[in-house]
Amino acid sequence: MNTPAKRRRFRSEPTWVPWLFLAPFLVTIAVFLAWPLIQSVLLSMQQTYGPRTTRWIGFENFTFLLGDPLFWKALRNTVVFACGSVFLQLPLSLGLAMLLNRPGLKGRAFFRLIFFAPSLVGLVFVGLMFALMFEKRTGMINVALHALFASFNPEFPWLQEYVMPALILAALWLYVGFNMIYFLAALQHVPAELMEAAALDGAGPWQRFRHVVVPEIMPVVSFVVLLSLLGSFQLFELPFILLNGPGPDNSGLTIVMYLYQMGFSANDLGYASAIGWMLALMLGTFALGQRLWMKKEEAK
Amino acid sequence: MTGDLSFSARQKLLLIPVYTLLTIAAVVTLVPFVWMTCAAFKNNADFFSSLFLPTGDGFLGIDWSRLTITNFKRLFTELSLGNALMNSFFLSSVSALLATLCSAAGGYALAKFRFAGRGVVLNLVLIALVIPGPLLMAPGYQLIYKLGLLDTYAGLILPGVAPAFGIFLFRQAAMNAIPHELLESARIDGAGELRIFFTMVLPLLRPMIGAFLMITFLGTWNNFIGPQIILQSPELFPLSVAINQLRGLYGTDYGMIMSGTLVSIAPVLALFLLLQKEFIAGLTSGAVKG
Repeated sequence: MNTPAKRRRFRSEPTWVPWLFLAPFLVTIAVFLAWPLIQSVLLSMQQTYGPRTTRWIGFENFTFLLGDPLFWKALRNTVVFACGSVFLQLPLSLGLAMLLNRPGLKGRAFFRLIFFAPSLVGLVFVGLMFALMFEKRTGMINVALHALFASFNPEFPWLQEYVMPALILAALWLYVGFNMIYFLAALQHVPAELMEAAALDGAGPWQRFRHVVVPEIMPVVSFVVLLSLLGSFQLFELPFILLNGPGPDNSGLTIVMYLYQMGFSANDLGYASAIGWMLALMLGTFALGQRLWMKKEEAK
Repeated sequence: MTGDLSFSARQKLLLIPVYTLLTIAAVVTLVPFVWMTCAAFKNNADFFSSLFLPTGDGFLGIDWSRLTITNFKRLFTELSLGNALMNSFFLSSVSALLATLCSAAGGYALAKFRFAGRGVVLNLVLIALVIPGPLLMAPGYQLIYKLGLLDTYAGLILPGVAPAFGIFLFRQAAMNAIPHELLESARIDGAGELRIFFTMVLPLLRPMIGAFLMITFLGTWNNFIGPQIILQSPELFPLSVAINQLRGLYGTDYGMIMSGTLVSIAPVLALFLLLQKEFIAGLTSGAVKG
């Protein structure tokens, strides 16, 4: 690598050039990331009212948070949603990707386009659409389900009593195609020779899937699971719009929605920051978990 | 020969359930769009009496004469939705252009220059990538307030001028797309560094530029919470915030809400149709390497 010619080449570049090109990044990261991050540590130890009035309270925000029933409710709702994402949405995404990856299939680009389209729609707009679609008698979902299954109650109270299922369904429509793109790209990278060799060795479809496809796509699967967990735990706008708030009896309250309410309705930026750090702790745990998981996979 | 033929025939037969499942999934995906589009062109009475389009004795058994564009007219006259549409276009274009330019410059610098501190900057990018957005919501608001940028577009645009994930993506792209020899010969010919960047580097990064413009444009267009927190004057609101307020104004006038939503999502769907290949390539480029 370090041939004299190469070293000379690097020396011929003026040293200020990369710093000039990186200046916008370095300035914005210092002002809009590092500074708020420090502030957020300090804020989490204060009780505030709006951006101006504050009072030091040490770790009280955190001890209060651990005993705050609304925080636990928000955490529970968030976990339910995350389970729906990982155990319902991702298998469906993988299934769709495998269907699209069938050799000889025509119209692959067309189907991919359709499945991907919902993820282009902003969460606000999805929330508004589904708020009307989940309406008791007039909403499309109840009308369609009642038409398909006569015994289905056309007054089914999605947004009154079945808030989490409604949320998971809306997210299903929104994200299945998005995750499918990653799975499809991974499946297309599974070497055809490997599949052929396995088939010649007499491996059936399930065995080929289990022993050839799964190990090959595992890095992408773990990446998508992580993305899905990180996204689910930051869920906010979809339920906020769909329910026009936290929902009846806070049944759709999520961690970030609680953070928003505390910071911007109750005007306690300090408590909101403490919630933010609890969230960061959880997200960090997931990221660490994924790294350990991948290390274990590689060691196999 | 015959063995081959029956094999391919069998393969085709096996594809029938695949097509069936894919078609069902496609219909389920598209139905909400169709339903929303129909609702946007109906008056309130027809919204409640018909699921898609009002039935009658017109073409295809639909009473086409009952469809109306009143919803759209009212949106643009009573509500100046045109203003929100322009706001969204302005915010999204400026954000996308700035973010793409600064990310391309930063990514190129990290990929193609050796300099003291490069490792530190690269680590900064990776750290910035993993900091969750909601953590910065409260202190970010406080900062924007202290900078006097509340209720201004600068307060929305400046924080996203050089996003870490853009630097990261463009670094990957620059490492693969820009040969060292080209830069070297340009320098020997005496080309200035800025000229090299604008006339040689940017054209070579074109595929990623297309994808990233699209990603950031969409992200800004669909961003709700940023403008909701930072903007206060209704005349500055982009579509995301303005549309959400329709619900307060026209609670049960569903046709109005759906036509507003349609106006909001149609431009981005059209843009995506134009640029979809580059967009999807950019989206997966970071993921499948590993």
